[in-house]
Amino acid sequence: MTSAFSISLSELELDALTELVNLGVSGAALSLREMVHEEVVLSVPKVAVVTREQAIATLGEQESKRLVAVQQDFAGDISGRALLIFPETKSMELVRAVVGGNLSLEDIAELEQEALAETGNVLLNGCLGTIANNLQRSLRISLPEVIYGDGAEFFAAIPSRESGYSVLFIHINFAVRNRDIRGYIAMLLDIPSQLALKDLIGAFIERTTGQVYVPSSNVG
Amino acid sequence: MIQKVLIVDDSKLARMAAAKALKALHPDWVLLEAANAEEGLARVRDSSPEFALLDFNMPGKDGIVLAAELRDLNPRMSIAVISANHQVEVIGRARAAGAVFLAKPLTERALGDYLNVAVEQRSAATE
Repeated sequence: MTSAFSISLSELELDALTELVNLGVSGAALSLREMVHEEVVLSVPKVAVVTREQAIATLGEQESKRLVAVQQDFAGDISGRALLIFPETKSMELVRAVVGGNLSLEDIAELEQEALAETGNVLLNGCLGTIANNLQRSLRISLPEVIYGDGAEFFAAIPSRESGYSVLFIHINFAVRNRDIRGYIAMLLDIPSQLALKDLIGAFIERTTGQVYVPSSNVG
Repeated sequence: MIQKVLIVDDSKLARMAAAKALKALHPDWVLLEAANAEEGLARVRDSSPEFALLDFNMPGKDGIVLAAELRDLNPRMSIAVISANHQVEVIGRARAAGAVFLAKPLTERALGDYLNVAVEQRSAATE
């Protein structure tokens, strides 16, 4: 399949999407803060709509090591898959931050899957929920699944969505106080969902600014 | 009295939202816009606004660092830091920098309440 097709978003649409992500991630960070009892420091999110190949290349350039991801599928007016991705070496650090520092390595290894799934669940649900609320739509969100691999494996075709899709790639650094935990959030959206998202963003811009918004053309 | 309100936010949408809320609350007030901290500092130097609304999470200098610098530049200006990130540490740092903390997305009501209180405090201070 080819995934060269992607929708084009105008500057203001991308700005609005970045604001939505910012709201979502900030809300999620507040939840993560409750779990780790330390301040979660966030960078300014960078949002880009890229092809699957570009997303794999970007991730490959920045991360040479194996990655771990928590993925959740969502369905509704917009359907797709959300992933929280971080280098595998940082995942233990994240687990340690969540479960506390006094556990042995064996205990942590045992808890790793569960802690990662729960952390991913909190962050992704918080993020998706806030975005959906602001777009005035509801999403059904699946249970989290922890996967290991690289970008090519994470962004492999979603079964039953062979029509092509692109990746909404969100790069955000989050750090738990002095712990070096770095992560990315990515969303895979098929073409009907991308078009629906563009429409919903247009409506969000109108509500936010109180001005009529004429969208840019759909395909770039 | 006509007042000048500066909004510093890297998001154009957020600046448009602030403009909408301010226009509804005080149609005759003047809104000054800046897309980053340096532009914000320049607007304060050349226009001396009475109020500054600063986004916290911006590329370059963040809104809390900017608040402290603006406070030095113009001690009488009322400053609010706006962020969706309302962790207690962020709110605490904003207050320590002499700023009021407002949650993002900024609602007309929250902006109105903040401006009313600030105007009252200003007139009480000058009496």
